[in-house]
Amino acid sequence: MKTQEYSVIGTRPIRHDGADKVTGRALYGADFQMAGLLHGFILRSPHAHARIRRLDTSKAAAFPGVKAVMTADDFPQVPERLVDLGEGDTPLSYARGNVLAQGKVLYRGHAVAAIAATSVHVAEEAADLIEVDYEVLPCALTAPDAMREGAPILHDDLKTKEFGEQTSRVSNVAEHFRHVMGDIDAGFAEAEITVEREFNTATVHQGYIEPHNATALWNNDGRILVWCSTQGAFVVRDVTACILDVPVSRVKVTPMEIGGGFGGKIPVYLEPVAALLSKKTGKPVKIVMSRKDVFEGTGPTPGSYIKVKIGARKDGRITAAQAFLAYEAGAYPGAMVGPGAMCVFAAYDIANVVIDGFDVVVNKPSTAAYRAPGATNAAFATETVVDEIAEKLGMDPLDFRLKNAAKEGTRRADGPKYRRIGCVEVIEAMKKHPHYAAPLGGPNRGRGVAVGFWFNVGLPSSCTISVTADGTVNLVEGSTDIGGTRTSIAMQAAEVLGIPAEDVRPTVVDTDSVGFTAVTGGSRTTFATGWAAYEAAQDIVRQMKERAAKLWETDAASVTMERGVFRAADKSITFQELAAKLDQTGGPVVGRGAVNPRGVGGSFSGNIVDVEVDPDTGKVTILRFTAVQDAGKAIHPSYVEGQMQGGSAQGIGWALNEEYWMNGSGTMMNSSLLDYRMPTALDLPMIDTVIVEVPNPGHPFGARGVGEANIIPPPAAIANAIYHAAGVRMDRLPMNPPAIMEAIWKQRD
Amino acid sequence: MHNRVRVQTTINGEPQEFLCEPRQSLLECLRDILGLTGTKEGCNDGNCGACTVLMDDRVVTSCLVLGVEAQGSQITTIEGIARGSELHPLQRAFLENAALQCGVCTPGFIVTAKALLDREPNPSEEQIRLWLANNLCRCTGYDKIIRAVEQAAQEARA
Repeated sequence: MKTQEYSVIGTRPIRHDGADKVTGRALYGADFQMAGLLHGFILRSPHAHARIRRLDTSKAAAFPGVKAVMTADDFPQVPERLVDLGEGDTPLSYARGNVLAQGKVLYRGHAVAAIAATSVHVAEEAADLIEVDYEVLPCALTAPDAMREGAPILHDDLKTKEFGEQTSRVSNVAEHFRHVMGDIDAGFAEAEITVEREFNTATVHQGYIEPHNATALWNNDGRILVWCSTQGAFVVRDVTACILDVPVSRVKVTPMEIGGGFGGKIPVYLEPVAALLSKKTGKPVKIVMSRKDVFEGTGPTPGSYIKVKIGARKDGRITAAQAFLAYEAGAYPGAMVGPGAMCVFAAYDIANVVIDGFDVVVNKPSTAAYRAPGATNAAFATETVVDEIAEKLGMDPLDFRLKNAAKEGTRRADGPKYRRIGCVEVIEAMKKHPHYAAPLGGPNRGRGVAVGFWFNVGLPSSCTISVTADGTVNLVEGSTDIGGTRTSIAMQAAEVLGIPAEDVRPTVVDTDSVGFTAVTGGSRTTFATGWAAYEAAQDIVRQMKERAAKLWETDAASVTMERGVFRAADKSITFQELAAKLDQTGGPVVGRGAVNPRGVGGSFSGNIVDVEVDPDTGKVTILRFTAVQDAGKAIHPSYVEGQMQGGSAQGIGWALNEEYWMNGSGTMMNSSLLDYRMPTALDLPMIDTVIVEVPNPGHPFGARGVGEANIIPPPAAIANAIYHAAGVRMDRLPMNPPAIMEAIWKQRD
Repeated sequence: MHNRVRVQTTINGEPQEFLCEPRQSLLECLRDILGLTGTKEGCNDGNCGACTVLMDDRVVTSCLVLGVEAQGSQITTIEGIARGSELHPLQRAFLENAALQCGVCTPGFIVTAKALLDREPNPSEEQIRLWLANNLCRCTGYDKIIRAVEQAAQEARA
């Protein structure tokens, strides 16, 4: 199909779940009600690192209104194995240990015990009666701290994996890996300019507005029913089953509406606890986190220490690049340094590269994915160094990027060669944008640019479609809809069927009712579940052709379908007319689609940003912001723009304000939405968007997932803008007023 | 069981009586006692605005109001914004402008925006941003929300 032939793709229909969401009728996880519901509360550790000497829950259990109390000891103690947490495998003991601590607490906020009671207030009061005797241990709070010789060790059994081999060295470094391409020494020898800089970035949180929640009922038939807000109902099913040591078929997860996730609602925190409390009480149990619990107990994204060195010739060609990335995993391994290492130089075609990655456990909450996890930290470093080299060479920063831009056939240092990508097109669109040439209009102002890359992960998705007699269809899918994907998926089915988007009714269903579908994450939902819908719709078309053939007593192969009209010889019938004749042509028509695409595609994103830096206070104001991104083919442009604007706003918050402000003993001092300062409407300008469309060769409509790449460039673009406004190169995030003033004063000295 | 207090209010135009514990917030009363779950909890300390309702036409975060304080007051929640089966122009504008993604902050934004437009039918972008700074949205970057409010204001004036 050619672009201009689309009738649904590229239009902007009203989202199918819209009316429910603007009237308050949509049911999110915390809205779930059930007769006899008990309320759970989780007691959390006040220490960042401590041994639990004694844990006595008897007084809490005796408190009026308390129905059950549990600790990690109540979980079945099953042999170690790997479980798929939605974005990679992890040992079961880690997944379980993060749900409820066993023996040791590894971060402040680590769950220690759980209570079910008649109300959440009763449960909270009773939690005060749980006696825990802690032996407080020294803690390690940053990657460099935890890597130091003699650092406090979090896990006595964690031995460093180095270059793929298991060593016998017990340390906080879970893994050290290296990507090598070309000859790094020769590359730097060829360079006429080399810049090497170190960077530190703070831990930040995904910041979804809806706290985690779960309701579970251990039913009398032995089935475990779960209602929760999650990015992946099947992941919740599988992890809950593993932790409770039951077959996956015993668990049924119903995904409720979800109030934001950004990667942070992939891990399982509450469901196994609610389930076991339900088993003990015979009643459904609901647990909802407080905002403090969300900050202290759920996955933020890693803080990091990064060193980047890049060398270039005077003609502007990069000859070598080297990166050292040490990411904080939090309490358990899995810091997303892998994707950080894949993305650190992903925008450039560089012959000689060495990338070292370190996955380091520290006494902070176990980290989770956050929108292009790992890539934003890495790009902050690379894009700042790239900007400095361009400046020193006297080249326009976009021309310098264009000269080195990755394109089809470019090999990344971690191995893969790109198929068709839109890096060059994104940078060209930035150059052409009027913003890039506009006057800054005042003193203390500067303009910065940066680019970033993120993948489409693919992974399995399933859909079924059934035809209704009135010519509409019901589409059943398993992807949680966080940002309008019911519609972007339905539109792909509608395009194939030749019917309006409104005539496809998408429903997100429970894990009993649709084939396996991986998480809503990895920029995969519109891409992969949309593809499953495309396949299911193709299946419908095939069957409908047979029905038309039967009607006309002809061969199905001679029937064609275009824009919802079936034709053979001189006969024609519309999709709607044929749908009314299903009973007389053989009964219901149900189509199925199940895909497991490889991660072909990926999306580049770029920002142009103007800032004003107050030289007396260090406050940075974002004056103008332009986001450019390759969407391959924008299925629903409004929601593509929405992703770009949302990712930009999160990137701006990450750049300027947000951080886990920890004291020396590992307590987050700003665990409220007042003090963890996310951008408000008053902090931001309108965010201009430019959608670039370089079709993805790995998708039927050429779509690329757009959910993530947009968060990558903002911190670097803003850092570059700050440099051009105030003359200081920022080497840490957040770039808040104290950090800016410190840099300005340091430069004056 | 704590002693419960009888509270008489008017919610979305209808007289409404309920029993609550003195320690329960208005947010809890709306959600857990009255089943009005359109009002959301995001932080329970007045910083996210997801629980915004109108109390005697004042914009309040219902997590910071006790249920017993609602005695005798007129409360408007998101469930009371639509005009029967017709969406309120703000609700329509939010849909037409794709001004929501996950939607959990949307009820609070619509309630705040309604209070703004009731007072100021022709707000500037700056005024809209100032009023909506009461509410956090993590998905949209606010751009489309601001435009939706502008559109609703324009339509109301037309």
